[in-house]
Formats: sequence, C-alpha cells, structure tokens
Amino acid sequence: MGAVAAAVVLVALATLPRWGDASLMRSLVEFIALLVLAQMWNLLAGYTGLVSIGQQAYLGLGGYALVVLADDVGLDPFLSVALAGVVAAAFALPTAAIVFRFRGGYFAVGTWAVAEVYRLLIANSSALGRGTGRTLAAVFPLARETRELATYAVAVALGVIAIAASYAYLRSRFGLALMAIRDSEPASDSLGVDVGRTKLMAYLTAAFGTGTTGALIYLNLLRISPDAAFSINWTAYMIFIVVIGGIGTIEGPIVGTAVFFALRELLSDFGAWYLVLLGTVAVTVMMVWPQGLWGLVTRRWDLRFFPVQRRLRA
Amino acid sequence: MGWVDAAVQGVLLGGLYALFAAGLSLIFGVMRLVNLAHGDFSIVAAFLALVLVDTTGLNPLLAPIAIVPLMAAGGYVVQRGVLNRTLGRGLLPPVLVTFGFSIIIQNLLLQIFSADSRRLNPGGIETASMALGGGLAVGWFPLLTFVAAVMILAGLELIIGRTSLGRAFRATSDDQETAQLMGIDHRRLYGVAMALAFAVLAVAGILLGIRTTFTFSSGPDRLLFAFEAVIIGGLGSLWGTLVGGVLLGVAQTVGAKFSPAWGVLTGHLVFLAVLVFRPAGLFTRGSGR
Repeated sequence: MGAVAAAVVLVALATLPRWGDASLMRSLVEFIALLVLAQMWNLLAGYTGLVSIGQQAYLGLGGYALVVLADDVGLDPFLSVALAGVVAAAFALPTAAIVFRFRGGYFAVGTWAVAEVYRLLIANSSALGRGTGRTLAAVFPLARETRELATYAVAVALGVIAIAASYAYLRSRFGLALMAIRDSEPASDSLGVDVGRTKLMAYLTAAFGTGTTGALIYLNLLRISPDAAFSINWTAYMIFIVVIGGIGTIEGPIVGTAVFFALRELLSDFGAWYLVLLGTVAVTVMMVWPQGLWGLVTRRWDLRFFPVQRRLRA
Repeated sequence: MGWVDAAVQGVLLGGLYALFAAGLSLIFGVMRLVNLAHGDFSIVAAFLALVLVDTTGLNPLLAPIAIVPLMAAGGYVVQRGVLNRTLGRGLLPPVLVTFGFSIIIQNLLLQIFSADSRRLNPGGIETASMALGGGLAVGWFPLLTFVAAVMILAGLELIIGRTSLGRAFRATSDDQETAQLMGIDHRRLYGVAMALAFAVLAVAGILLGIRTTFTFSSGPDRLLFAFEAVIIGGLGSLWGTLVGGVLLGVAQTVGAKFSPAWGVLTGHLVFLAVLVFRPAGLFTRGSGR
C-alpha cells in the first residue's frame, strides 16, 4: 500500500508543472523544504535522542554557501544547492566536537549558542553583506519560468531523496544502532554499538540535509540576511511539525507539515498568533499524546507506509 | 584607561548575568531540568513591571515588591501544572515543552506589546555615576545591580546550605527516590524550587529592563548568557557561577571596546574556549552534566 501511495504522489508531483500554476509550485517548494527540515530534525531527536535547538545554524550556513558558491565562485546555482549541504556538514564536524560534550538539555542550549556564534560571525562579515545580507544574483539571467521550474525540480528531487534515504538509512543496521542509542546509550554501547561514531554520522547527515534545504529555501527567496536565515523560528517549525505529527516516524513529519500549513493559512491574517497556537498545540500533544497525531492513527488502524519500527509478529 | 573602565563595567554586568544563571543552575541541580524558557520568563517579569510602572507611576526599583511574588507563584504553578509531568519520561519532553514555552511567550509578547524596544525608567539613577579618580567612573545602578546579585546569591547559598528546605533540595538532587522514602514530596519541592528560581529571574529581568532596552525577543540571549556563565563557572557552584558571569561580562565589554558589534560574539567565543580547554568549567564541583 505504501508503494501505491508513493507512486501516486510521485506521478502527481512529476506532472504538476503541466496542470498546476506557479503559486502552487511555490507552495510545494515551501512544503517540501519544511518537510525535509522536519525530517532531518526527526533524524536527530526522534531516532538518536540528540535534541538540537541549533539546526538554524546549518540552514543559514547552507543558504550563505549557496550565495557564495553561485555568485562569488561562479558555480551553477542548482549544483550549488547540493554543495551547500556539504559545506554545512563541514561546519558540523568541528561543531560536533564542542556540543557533543553536553547531554540532554545542555546539549540543546549548547547547539543554540553555537548557532548564535555562526549568525554573529556572518553578521560581522563585510564580504557576506553584514546584517543586511546578500541577494542571489546568479539566477537573474534565467527567465522567471525556467528558474521556478528548476527550483521546483530541485525541491521535488530533494524531498524524494530525503524521504527515501531516511527510510533506507533507518531500516539499515545503522538505523537500528541509532534507535538503540536513543533508547539506552549504555546498553547499546555494551552491545558493541560505536555510540560516538553513530551519533556523529546522524549529526552530520542532519546538517547536510538541513544545509541543502537552506540553500533551496534561498534559491526560492533570492534574498538572505543573517537574522532571517539563523532565526530560531526555523528550529521551532521543525520541532512543532515533528512533535505534532509524531516523533520517531517518517509519516509523522508529513502529517505535521500538513497541519503546520493548514494552521498558518487559517491564521494568516493574525500575525504571530499562529506560532502561539502551534506552540500550544505542540506542548499539548507532547503532554497528552507523546506519539503525535500519526501515533493516534497507528494505534487505531494498522497503517504504516514507511515502517522503521521493528515489531514481533505473532 | 578605557580598557580598565571596560573591564570594570564588565565585572558589574557579570553580576547581572550570574543572577540569570543562578535560577537555571538551581533548577538543573534540583531536578536535572534545563528550562529553555528561563530567559523569556525574565522578560515577562520586565514587561509586567513595565505595565505596573505605567499604570501606577511606581518607581521600577520598587516593582520587584509586587512582581517577584507574582512570578514566584507563576513558577510554582508552571512547575506543578506542567513541568512535573514532563519529568521522568526521558529527556525529550522537558526540553520540548520548555522550548515550546519560549516560542509561545516570545510571540505572545510580540502580539501584546509589539516589536518596539522598551525600557524601565527609574528617574535618573540609571545614568548617575561615582568618580573613582584617575578618570574612572562607576555607575550607581550597575554597582547596585552587582551588590544585589551578590546578596541574592549569598541568600540562595544560605537557603541551600543551611535550611531544611535546602537539605531537601540536596537530598532530592542526590537521590530522589530515597528522599521520597524519607517523606519528601518531590513534586511539591520542585514547585518550591521553581518558585525560588522565578523569584530570582524576576529580579534579574527587572534590573535588566532598567539597565538596557528589551524587546519580546530578548529572552533567548538571557538564557544563553546564563547557560554560558553556568558552564564557565562549573556546574553546581553558585560562586563559580558568579565568576563565570563576571568573565562573560568582561569578555563582552572588552570585546565591544574593539568594535561594538563584537561584544556578544567575544563572550560566546570565550565560552567556547573554556569549553574546549576546561570542559568541566573553571570551578567545578561534582561531575553531573
């Protein structure tokens, strides 16, 4: 059933430029970007137990990497999106050396502090436009339709790869090791899981995915500034989406992103109230149904599109 | 001369940071909870003081008389109503729920008070200063803040070290289940600890609001500075926290002397340097992290 649903969605996405309009394509780019961001945060917190509050660091670094690679180095802007993820992962390596000294809540604050360091370093760099930021000039020569179509194609590719790769990753030995660490670090250590290495791999992967998505977001927006790119709100979106949808599943963030979009559209005339409401919903879900909306669904119906949990069958 | 001046200002600023850090440290010590909305709650206290001052014309220096009990009661309710239920269920719920609070509070403040920066005006003392000779001057208000911070930290140290409440804190921190067997109701105790932490952060928030301008989004920076002061000083030591706050304050004011934009960044970099070279902090006691 999962395969049929996936095929339907893929065909719809592939043919969308033929029947949809530009605004639908832009909304889908945004939808996929948020979904991938949430999926990457889920990889950290939901499967590995690394609760990062600093993922905006990699989103911002990815966005700035796109501008530098495309405008300053002169690479193809669409190729730069993929390379931006590599840049973000490269920054994640030394960052991990620092933040992995902390556990639990202090890890959360530590990642937040490091994200602030990146924001301030970029806001103080005149080459990167200081506080006002930069505009992505490399795509100006392209016709508007070409650019939008290419951005959409990049987004769909990123979304499909992120979900397929997460699924394959979590079904592998590696995913099993991740979930073992989340459930008990000492126990998995004693059973021969290389805890440090496994956590580092998950952290770097999440940084790569978040950085690539950051580049996609700014390929779509064309204008980047440190305050917007390194805003804590990005991480708030990731967390609210994952918690509301259902942490530790691949379906959860999909449900969560849909809820996020619906609430934001519904409250679009009321300023920041949608964040107040989303935060309240997320806190309530966390307290009352820790498995999220998707958890409620699977408890009632045996419905799993991307099963990564291992279950004993009678 | 300017450098000495910057350092002196930094020391005094550090007292305020230690005050933000004390509550964070107390809560982590008693219940291993990191309240990610710590800074935001202090900004709530500053806005409450603003409303009080605007409606009654009271001097903001007297605002703590009303705001501190109010915030302490709020802390007790938040702990008993919500946070207690997140404890003992793994590390995810407390982090996510307090982070949710942080985002909710910031956006509520944005909606209610707009994005304008505000300030509490105590009527002149905030700019008055005392000459120390040699061109050096110390502001009365920063000095008052520092003295208040040291007195509050000493008070906390007394409560934790010398009273039966403090003994219950320490016992629960060491072994909650055994403490429970000895008749300590840990849920109530956690409520009291949070009330105490909120009382301190309310004072810190009001002092901050008199010292400088604040907005709806000033909270996260307070949390980060508090966290950095705790880590620099070493976990589990209030006086270490004071030294940590002072080092952070000096790093920021001396860094800002190079270039105003570098102040906060220099503070963060000193924190990272301490973390890399002295991961246990400068004055550590115990090893829980």
